[in-house]
Amino acid sequence: MANIQLRNVTKTYGAVNVIKGIDLEIKRGEFMVFVGPSGCGKSTLLRLISGLESITTGDLYFDGERVNNVIPSKRGIAMVFQSYALYPHMTVYDNMAFGMKLGGSSKADMEARVRRAAGMLQIDHLLDRLPRQLSGGQRQRVAIGRAIVRDPRVFLFDEPLSNLDAALRVQTRLEIAKLHHDMRDVTMIYVTHDQVEAMTLADRICVLRDGKVEQVGTPTELYDRPNSVFVAGFIGSPKMNFLEGNFAEAHGCATLGIRSEHIDIVPEGQEMWQGRVVHTEDLGSDNYLFVDVGSGEPLIVRQPGKATIPEGTVVSLLPRPGMLHRFDAAGRPVQMPIAAQ
Amino acid sequence: MTTTISANPERSRGRETSLQSQRARAAFWFLAPMLVMLFFVAAWPLFRSIMFSFTDAEANDIFTGGSEWVGFDNYLSWRVRDDGSIRWRGVLADADWWNAVWNTIRFAFMSVALETVLGLLVALVLNAEFKGRGLVRAAILIPWAIPTIVSARMWGWMLNDQFGIINDMLLTVGFIDSPIAWTARADTAMIAVLMVDVWKTTPFMALLILAGLQMIPRDMYESAKIDGIHPMKVFFRVTLPLLKPALMVAVIFRVLDALRIFDLIYVLTPQSEATVTMSILSYRELQQFGDYGEGSAQSTLLFLIIALFVLLYIWLGRVDLSGERSK
Repeated sequence: MANIQLRNVTKTYGAVNVIKGIDLEIKRGEFMVFVGPSGCGKSTLLRLISGLESITTGDLYFDGERVNNVIPSKRGIAMVFQSYALYPHMTVYDNMAFGMKLGGSSKADMEARVRRAAGMLQIDHLLDRLPRQLSGGQRQRVAIGRAIVRDPRVFLFDEPLSNLDAALRVQTRLEIAKLHHDMRDVTMIYVTHDQVEAMTLADRICVLRDGKVEQVGTPTELYDRPNSVFVAGFIGSPKMNFLEGNFAEAHGCATLGIRSEHIDIVPEGQEMWQGRVVHTEDLGSDNYLFVDVGSGEPLIVRQPGKATIPEGTVVSLLPRPGMLHRFDAAGRPVQMPIAAQ
Repeated sequence: MTTTISANPERSRGRETSLQSQRARAAFWFLAPMLVMLFFVAAWPLFRSIMFSFTDAEANDIFTGGSEWVGFDNYLSWRVRDDGSIRWRGVLADADWWNAVWNTIRFAFMSVALETVLGLLVALVLNAEFKGRGLVRAAILIPWAIPTIVSARMWGWMLNDQFGIINDMLLTVGFIDSPIAWTARADTAMIAVLMVDVWKTTPFMALLILAGLQMIPRDMYESAKIDGIHPMKVFFRVTLPLLKPALMVAVIFRVLDALRIFDLIYVLTPQSEATVTMSILSYRELQQFGDYGEGSAQSTLLFLIIALFVLLYIWLGRVDLSGERSK
């Protein structure tokens, strides 16, 4: 329900610059994901928005109102912590109602809100239990439920899935996506280091690196048009192939990037590169060929179906037209059109 | 070979048991030196003193074995006088003993209560982040690190009625009109003892509680902060319940300690009937009067009273000494 604006926001701890000037606008009802490697400042940025940390310089606006000096509880936010932060001595119901008891809401109103949130997350039957009697996934839902009960303008998630196992993570991811769908006008900000979570959940992704915004855009934009080598390498799995030296110079750039699914195996003679298959990985639906074309790291080539090309085979490779990403020595994209080949 | 083993589960199970018994044996040998040690320094003296309490042993015949078995006479016995009146004897009929019991329990209750509250306050301060916290944490331990004899003597001087700084300060401020003989007066002796014990032991309490406070995840507080819950409510509804296990263990340690208080009172108020405790009474009986029978009976009663308190406390508070339920 809130439009959030950050204007040249910085955060320093003593002499350490953690956030180095961030300008960002998060639209009302948007699902924004902050993603980046550990230490990039994404969690700090979330804590600045929540008010748990104070902003060193710059301005933060919620719906046009400057909230730099507004205490967390007055910002209309709810936060889901990585550790869930449930009170171990309180039942699920009390955990969810704890924040409200002071708010002066009537007992019936309180109970209705808790029951509604519990219903949304299908934890109605757990309301009398203690957190230690719940599984990890259930605890996570209680933590989310507690946030829903607060009826916030902004929902903040700090790596909420990182304590869950892989299967549960996929399932909970789905539930968070559904939650976003059901609460269309609540702005959600989600911090993760997992680019798959970012790609699957986000309306827009903000890639952070070393305390600065590297790129903001929809998942597709980031995937198709990364505006730096860093973003190109960070978004997508397997990682984008990078070629340097002669391989890149031939295309008039310092680094040449190509995604594994954009390389085709062609008959000999039509190839751009040639190399020996040094390793194969069979994922069932797809298979990855690791081809040594003499560029240092082997190129990863994604092929549909089961692996049919044995290790040791020499293959000819051709990138699909228009799918090459060219970057200059500073890691920025080269805008010039690719010269006719 | 593998087929033989899998075809013969009996045997492989037998092997497992032998591996387990090997482990148990190894554990036993590692524990043996400590068990022997404990037997000599704890079990044997305890057993001996309980045995003495049923004899009329005196200081000069405890090694010659010239004492006689008197049953429960040291605890309670009676004799019907010629005029028909009954004369009670033994520790349980001794007014001095009951005075000491009352003193000890009063002291233990008050000192532990004060130390817990003050220790909690100190721990809360030390748990906050501020510059020089490490230094303050180290400094606060000083009273606890000073040997009791030294601090008792030191406070003895500070509380001295003629030269003591405490009287001087109170006189200057105008709280009192004339110096008070803190350690000698019956009505102030206990206050003096409590003052010194609280000063000395609060740091220990604070440290134990601080350890408990640091176990509480920061997320809990941040979550409460986002919910806008008043700090006092957070303290009573979140901090205190989560601190309870650590607090209970700290209190039990202190109660055990306080119930057998000896050195501080022995040095600070040696003659005062207002502060004499069970330990001191039993020491007098054993060392000064050489009455091993009655002294041992007092020691045994002290042991039983402490055991009773601990059992009661564990039962009432459901203290989790093993730490298994705290998860």
